[in-house]
Amino acid sequence: MNAYQACFSKLDRAALIPFFVIGDPSYDVSAELVKAAIDAGADILELGIPFSDPVADGPTIQKADLRALKAGMTPARAIEFIREITAYKPIPIGLLVYYNLLVQYGVNRFFEDFKQAGGTSVLVADLSIDDADEIIPSARRVGLETVFMATPNTPDGRLRFISEKTTGFIYAVSLLGTTGERAALSQTVRPFLSRLKRLTDKPICVGFGISSPEHAFEVAQAGADGVIIGSRIVKFIEENPENPARIKENITRFIRDVLDKLPPQSPKSRPSS
Amino acid sequence: MKHKGRFGPFGGYYVPEVLIPALEEIESAFEQFRNDRRFLQELNTLFTDYAGRPTPLYHARRFSEVTGFPVYLKREDLLHGGAHKINNALGQGLLARYMGKSKLIAETGAGQHGLATAIVGALLGMETKIFMGFTDVARQNVNVRKMRLLGAEVIAVEGGTGTLKDAINEAFRYWTAHVEDTFYLFGTAGGPHPYPTIVRHFQSPIGQEARRQCLEKTGRLPDIVTACVGGGSNAIGIFSAFLDDPQVRLVGVEGGGKGLQTTQHCATLCRGRVGILHGARTYLLQDENGQIRDTECISAGLDYPGVGPEHAHLKETGRAEYVSVEDEEVLDTFFLFSKTEGILPALESTHALAWLCQQKGILPPETIVIANLSGRGDKDIDIVEHHRPLASRSL
Repeated sequence: MNAYQACFSKLDRAALIPFFVIGDPSYDVSAELVKAAIDAGADILELGIPFSDPVADGPTIQKADLRALKAGMTPARAIEFIREITAYKPIPIGLLVYYNLLVQYGVNRFFEDFKQAGGTSVLVADLSIDDADEIIPSARRVGLETVFMATPNTPDGRLRFISEKTTGFIYAVSLLGTTGERAALSQTVRPFLSRLKRLTDKPICVGFGISSPEHAFEVAQAGADGVIIGSRIVKFIEENPENPARIKENITRFIRDVLDKLPPQSPKSRPSS
Repeated sequence: MKHKGRFGPFGGYYVPEVLIPALEEIESAFEQFRNDRRFLQELNTLFTDYAGRPTPLYHARRFSEVTGFPVYLKREDLLHGGAHKINNALGQGLLARYMGKSKLIAETGAGQHGLATAIVGALLGMETKIFMGFTDVARQNVNVRKMRLLGAEVIAVEGGTGTLKDAINEAFRYWTAHVEDTFYLFGTAGGPHPYPTIVRHFQSPIGQEARRQCLEKTGRLPDIVTACVGGGSNAIGIFSAFLDDPQVRLVGVEGGGKGLQTTQHCATLCRGRVGILHGARTYLLQDENGQIRDTECISAGLDYPGVGPEHAHLKETGRAEYVSVEDEEVLDTFFLFSKTEGILPALESTHALAWLCQQKGILPPETIVIANLSGRGDKDIDIVEHHRPLASRSL
């Protein structure tokens, strides 16, 4: 059983997965905030290495990437950061990275270092399933799970293909668009989730545009195994750049509010892949 | 996707999953219509009656006296819109209409591709949005005003250095959210498959005409074909017809900015390392960690840290060579060329002319050169005057 299966199978609700850009707004504050999220009850972490040209991200995460880069974050330091987090408390960590950073570091070497630091899975934002074999052998070799995105416009055949290549969870993108807060949950989520569930028995975590405890509730109610909340969390950093204590307080409160809202679900025992 | 879109190890389509269906749709429409009789007839009529094809191949006699060998100019500057960009914009715009799309988006650096897309949007009655970095909006203001007059919406993109790279990022983001009714009219021979192939296809008349015209005028093929390279669409357009003529030297000229020893240039093939950006594996200007570097160049149209993947392949195989010239040389050549030929060349195209000036005394006098004059320089007057105020000019 991999770290995600272990996590999903012990929960009686959807997993809460906050997203942070590593090193935003600085290495130390970022580490403090991630630890606070763990203390508040996060089940899994989704962490991103900042990139100069994040085409899949909306304005909030673009700004976070810039803050982190300005504060000196690099892929090598990101590995150190992950080591520090997993030493604080063992927790499954999914990494979100743009492909060029991996290629420059060396895919094999990066995966070895990330696994060794305690990482669980990798998702390459700009590597589609068609080229997934550029990274899958390296991931398998060191025992990292692979996560791929599925979007509402992905046809059925391709969703099955994505499911086959996935060992961690399927990252279901709730809408056609980039990351970012939205006032309302996209209408496409429910039909998309039921289509996905017909086609795969892999765990499904939903992200993009989930901005409130109510959104999280709706997505969990629709059957998601996990709820990924990115821009709303990152926004707390943007809103109080000079006040880490306030950010920490806001993130803690928000995570608790979401956890309170998540409806009970029967624990999942997923077939191992 | 039917094809991988590779040029040797370069190219591909490294994009978020959400864009794959849109790229597949464009690939299959392109395959369907590229040889469709009705499509070709309509496109050829637009090329001849609307855009002004074929463009002349002109023997620039006075400039040739300066270089010491005959230089023939492929006059893409005479096309409607003032640059080669209209070829690709008409081709892709028509393709979009055949696909039933009602909206166009495009990125632009110098504004020439944005202008060409705005022209085509107006011509075909399609709603058009142009993404342009804030720096470029300021330095290419005339083109911004033209685009708006043509009915396009120009969106000034914040972020990064506000140049072409940032405009492409934002256009991709917008497309991600509007992929169902919007066609992304990509301007350069880069980006994810199928764009590098599509852009080369619609720009290939430049090379086909130039090859034929050179044979007619001189009785033989040129010894050298040269063009400026930013993303590389005008260069691939003219190179493509000569790829199977091994005796013809192909020379791409990149923006050397303040010099290759500085970081203020955009000479991607001369100084870059292979990586992945905007959907393609290609040469990139990047730091040791893979963060994309800011570039700087007097010519907005070349100011880009990547390059079309086919150029990366042509460099790797040695079929084409890539060099660079610096801003100051470009300015010198701009003034010289304007006064000797009575043509204001675009600063982009002037890079190729500046390289030819450097070849004075190096290339034998019987060398026949074709330079792609990819655009006219009216848009650059403010920049030129800013860098070289009238009083300080020696020429």
